[in-house]
Amino acid sequence: MRNDTALGLQEARGPWARVLRFVLYTVLFAVFAGPLLALMIGAFTPTVDPTQFTLFPDRLSLDNLERAIDRNVLDYLLNSFLVVGGGLALQVLVSVFAGYALARKRFRGSAVVLVLILATMMLPEEVLAVPLSVLLADLPVLHISLVGSLVGMIVPVAAWGFSILVMTEFMKEIPTELEESARLDGAGEFRVFWQVVLPLCRPALGVIGIFGFTMIWDQYMLPLLVATDPAQYTLPLALRSLRSDDQVGIGVLLVGAFLAMLPSVLAFLALQRSFIRGLTSGAVKG
Amino acid sequence: MTVTEARTSRGPATKGAPRTAPPVRTRLRRAATPWLFLAPALLLFLYFKFIPMAEAVRMSFQEVRPFLGNTYVGGANYSEIAGKSDFGAAVWHTVVLAVATTAGSIVLGMVLALLLEGQTRSLWFIRSAIFLPVVTAMAVVAEVWRVMYYPAEGGALNSVLSVIGLGPSEFLNSPDSSLASIAFVGVWRGAPYDMMIFLAGLAGVDRVLYEASAVDGASRFRRIWHVTLPGLRPVFAILLTLAAIRGLRIFTEVFLLTNGGPDGSTEVLLTLTYKLGLERNELGVAAAGTVLLFAILLVLTVASRVRRRGVR
Repeated sequence: MRNDTALGLQEARGPWARVLRFVLYTVLFAVFAGPLLALMIGAFTPTVDPTQFTLFPDRLSLDNLERAIDRNVLDYLLNSFLVVGGGLALQVLVSVFAGYALARKRFRGSAVVLVLILATMMLPEEVLAVPLSVLLADLPVLHISLVGSLVGMIVPVAAWGFSILVMTEFMKEIPTELEESARLDGAGEFRVFWQVVLPLCRPALGVIGIFGFTMIWDQYMLPLLVATDPAQYTLPLALRSLRSDDQVGIGVLLVGAFLAMLPSVLAFLALQRSFIRGLTSGAVKG
Repeated sequence: MTVTEARTSRGPATKGAPRTAPPVRTRLRRAATPWLFLAPALLLFLYFKFIPMAEAVRMSFQEVRPFLGNTYVGGANYSEIAGKSDFGAAVWHTVVLAVATTAGSIVLGMVLALLLEGQTRSLWFIRSAIFLPVVTAMAVVAEVWRVMYYPAEGGALNSVLSVIGLGPSEFLNSPDSSLASIAFVGVWRGAPYDMMIFLAGLAGVDRVLYEASAVDGASRFRRIWHVTLPGLRPVFAILLTLAAIRGLRIFTEVFLLTNGGPDGSTEVLLTLTYKLGLERNELGVAAAGTVLLFAILLVLTVASRVRRRGVR
């Protein structure tokens, strides 16, 4: 008997064990992936009513897709991409800068900065909704309003504690020799950062990239506070208004939800290894 | 003078540099460098985390009247929100949901990890498929489950239930089952997440111990009970505190699945403060609710840190 897994389920041989495993996998797949698969299928059927939400449709059609495009889903999708594109670019930049300072420099106050960053992780937009709604309309000192524009959904997500901590941990592992020799060659601070340290961080960039993407794509409270008009809705935010339609029932909603699911699922499948690495490292930190 | 110099030359950046005292300007620049790199993050956090938090504390002691100016009201907002019957119910629902979702996710995640541990290709595929709910946006998850929970015969979940002779259930539409239905969605999305963490923990359990237990003739159950579970203890500790803190922030799924209804049977702290602050415009009272939640989160976080240090 091999002892590779705790349960030893894979070690059982014989036809019965194989059937049992197949049944188990099918049930688990149906429970967790089934509803999402039904969503995908439902988007391409003439579904009008929740009783027709099924994995095995009678026929397929693009009617719902056409109706959904009439209801501006593509505009919402574009808003979502603008927010996630802008937000992620800024977030990665802010995280590598901060991670570089925290990992490669010794300075007075770095411990305090770390505690502050941990504190921000207790203060997501959901908790801060009420004061944020006041402040976003009139930022202190600057006196700008971020309400009613996509900028208001982008700038607040640009700094994320999780990304900074992942970057910091990773940059601590990079050996100092390369950096020192670059300095001896006369490279300035910024060149050392940009041309020596950053290229070595590619695996960590994958981690914060995929995590940042799903985090920003999942944002709900911030767009809810910022958007004043359907023209600014991101796709997840727009779903609620696509819910009921007298003629087409849930069809439009299913298309919207499917389009809102697709990018994050594709991003996950493409960067799965990075995602799982980040998951386990982040969880161990707490 | 010598003290500061010793400190700067100890840094990794200057280890190989010549040990002559650098000019003042260089030293100033060296001291400013980390702060320049940190500036974007710190400014953003200041604007979108710390000032809002301070603002919440300030607003919680005021009657907020736009354009008329705020007036100081002492603890009136706190006594008002604590005196509301919705508030007590919201605290209760939040705690129930946090506990149920956390416990359900950990137990189911653990079972999934045990069932799906291994290196084969089919296992890898099934694990990826099971993980999809975690990466799907909460708004999508909520809308899918609203459809799944269609509260009459013919609804997707009711069809499944009728096969085993149950239902039809009202799910989200009945005060008796609404909270449980929301908790189920939380477990559905939380268990695969916990599964991945458990799988990482399982990979770290010493294989020699499995062999030893096999040599001793231990049964599968005894092997899991005496070898695997003790090896996973740190994972349990991490997941428990993490999930409990996350559970208290529950908003989006409740907002979209029931918005607190029916009859307030699923109202949680954050849907309540959202309604008070942004729909009824009672900003001061809502801010008091925010501060109370923040205090609970702070206590839980500090407690979990202290406990974890104690474990080590």
